[in-house]
Amino acid sequence: MTTTDTHTDLTTDVANPTVSTEVRLALYRQVVRIRRFEERAYKLFMQGLVKGTSHLSLGMEAVAAGFAVAQRADDYTFCTYRGHAHTLARGTPMPGVMGELLGRATGVCGGKGGSMHLTSAEHGVMGSYAIIGAHLVIANGAAWSSKERNSGQVTVCFFGDGATNIGAFHEALNFAKIWELPIVFVCENNLWMEYTSIHDVTAVEHPAADRAAAYGLDSIIVDGNDPEAVYDVARRAVDRARAGAGPSLVEAKTYRHGGHSRADPGDYRPQEEVDTWLARDPMPNYRQRLVDLGVEESALVAIEDDAMTDVDAATEDAKAAPAPDSQAAFTNVWADGGYSWRNS
Amino acid sequence: MAEQLITYREAIARGIAQEMRRDDSVYLIGEDVAAAGGVFKGTKGLLDEFGPSRVRDTPISEEAILGAAMGAAMTGLKPIAEIMFSDFLATCWDLVAVEIPKTRYMTDGQFTVPLVIRTANGAGLRFGAQHSQAVENWAMMIPGLKVVAPSNPKDLIGLMAAAVRDPDPVIFFESKQLYPTKGLVPDGEIVDELGTAAVLREGTDVTIVALANMVPKAVEAAEVLAQRGISAELIDLRCLVPLDTATVLASVKKTSRLVTVEENPRLCGWGAEVVSIVAEEAIWHIDGPLTRVTTPHLPLPSADNLEDAVLPSVQRIVDACVKAVH
Ligand SMILES: Cc1ncc(C[n+]2csc(CCOP(=O)(O)OP(=O)(O)O)c2C)c(N)n1
Repeated sequence: MTTTDTHTDLTTDVANPTVSTEVRLALYRQVVRIRRFEERAYKLFMQGLVKGTSHLSLGMEAVAAGFAVAQRADDYTFCTYRGHAHTLARGTPMPGVMGELLGRATGVCGGKGGSMHLTSAEHGVMGSYAIIGAHLVIANGAAWSSKERNSGQVTVCFFGDGATNIGAFHEALNFAKIWELPIVFVCENNLWMEYTSIHDVTAVEHPAADRAAAYGLDSIIVDGNDPEAVYDVARRAVDRARAGAGPSLVEAKTYRHGGHSRADPGDYRPQEEVDTWLARDPMPNYRQRLVDLGVEESALVAIEDDAMTDVDAATEDAKAAPAPDSQAAFTNVWADGGYSWRNS
Repeated sequence: MAEQLITYREAIARGIAQEMRRDDSVYLIGEDVAAAGGVFKGTKGLLDEFGPSRVRDTPISEEAILGAAMGAAMTGLKPIAEIMFSDFLATCWDLVAVEIPKTRYMTDGQFTVPLVIRTANGAGLRFGAQHSQAVENWAMMIPGLKVVAPSNPKDLIGLMAAAVRDPDPVIFFESKQLYPTKGLVPDGEIVDELGTAAVLREGTDVTIVALANMVPKAVEAAEVLAQRGISAELIDLRCLVPLDTATVLASVKKTSRLVTVEENPRLCGWGAEVVSIVAEEAIWHIDGPLTRVTTPHLPLPSADNLEDAVLPSVQRIVDACVKAVH
């Protein structure tokens, strides 16, 4: 059975007076940049320039945007294989991300990571993890370490609805709570795992929020298509963690416009459901809201033009960049830079 | 220099304490490691000296334990994480095989993961098939993990120090059977080096390569062989990754015969790797069959005589050496 969203606690179209115009523009900038970047990544994939596979979050940009704008520059972010949005949102330069997708030496991981493993330590992007749920326990470690070091850093860990049925999800939440770690777990509930509805394989309606109480956490559901609503929840959860009040679990309800990966058309989904969510596309909806709130249209156009310019530049940069030196395949297994496991 | 006779079990706490005193970023976590002092009493006294934030009990959540250690290691701590029995590594295998060892490579060196996973390995205590496996071969085959298995208290302390100070992830196999055994340990700080085998006895007729709890058996076997006029050279490997192939190759070039002694079940144990290296790189120096002594390829039974029947014994090591020499 597939259910469309019927929840009343979604807050689209409610203007939040506590959010400044500056923040609103920052949120819009993030959404637009991610959208344009991923549209280009899709095109490059279809042209055979992005290798392997890629998982886009077209339609889900508001979640990455809301959290990234709420985070401090030195905070940590843990992503999944669907991690382009989060990686960009933390400020990782586009050429490095595009270069990684195209397998170039200029890629953030020098071509050893690829689309599913984007990492930028410098920007707090602690890796994109392709084993469902694995990184929730690892994110705990980063949060534990920042607590021990009194660094005030907060860890934000994103994962899909599918991850909530993995054992590591449950181990991670209990562990985070008993150690009162400064961490925010964010379930991006886009209603689908690969090709299976989350409702068909989950005992509760809200795979993350309905389980929060089992770990002593509040049940928090947010409209994941509304950048401001996400920002608001993110700010509260991040502040709470930073103040030493422990972990939170947020379920952001959202939807991917396309299929699970690559050229998957996603046609296992009912058309009515797709149409409902396309009508709630965060980009045009948020733009309209900003206009209604009196934001100058020219400021929005400037953001849109900048995003396009950056995507074009990153694409040209990546296309022109050299492939990694083949010797790079033999580096960095060990901290000495090499891969030798014997002494003679 | 003064020396003390201590048990392998006591050496664990001493080795960890040495490193925790030296470096504030070293932490110990695991099930029952704090107040209880570990199920094998290897961590007794550490809570008292270092307090509850640096010596910390965890829930029975092996993935959460290794995940916490990994994330912390990526961000400035040097955790030592205990997995109570090495068999339980299977419950957190994703962390052991897929996350911890791959991160440095996949991120092209942006992150390094300096942690130690300690675990009680091997048979001999009649625990049956789910608490007795020798699984160092599981770890050895994974690119990105270093693998240590000391055979005596002094090595345990020195290799623990080396493991904690190493910038890469290390799995540290403690032999359950060795916990009550004693050895002389010098006073003061002990720091050893990973990837260095020890020649415990020099000989001319056959090289015996052993690891961990197989070492004392190989020592006995070498004595029996000496009485029979066979001179065995005995190498304690101490570490599987990095592997001290130089010491092994030099020895077999001298003795021209090789017997490896391991507790792993027959297929794909580390002895097969050592044999294959010797076959590939020193075959022209070899005069007899390259022989492996292992546990047969079966799960481990519990009853005294059944477990004894399948584990490598002094007699089997002697027989293998006699066969290799004649
Ligand atoms: C442990 C594990 N099992 C299965 C897979 C294969 N797999 C990759 S993505 C995916 C669906 C995950 O869905 P969800 O967690 O909802 O995330 P989304 O793709 O919607 O972002 C599956 C089953 C995997 N990568 N890891």
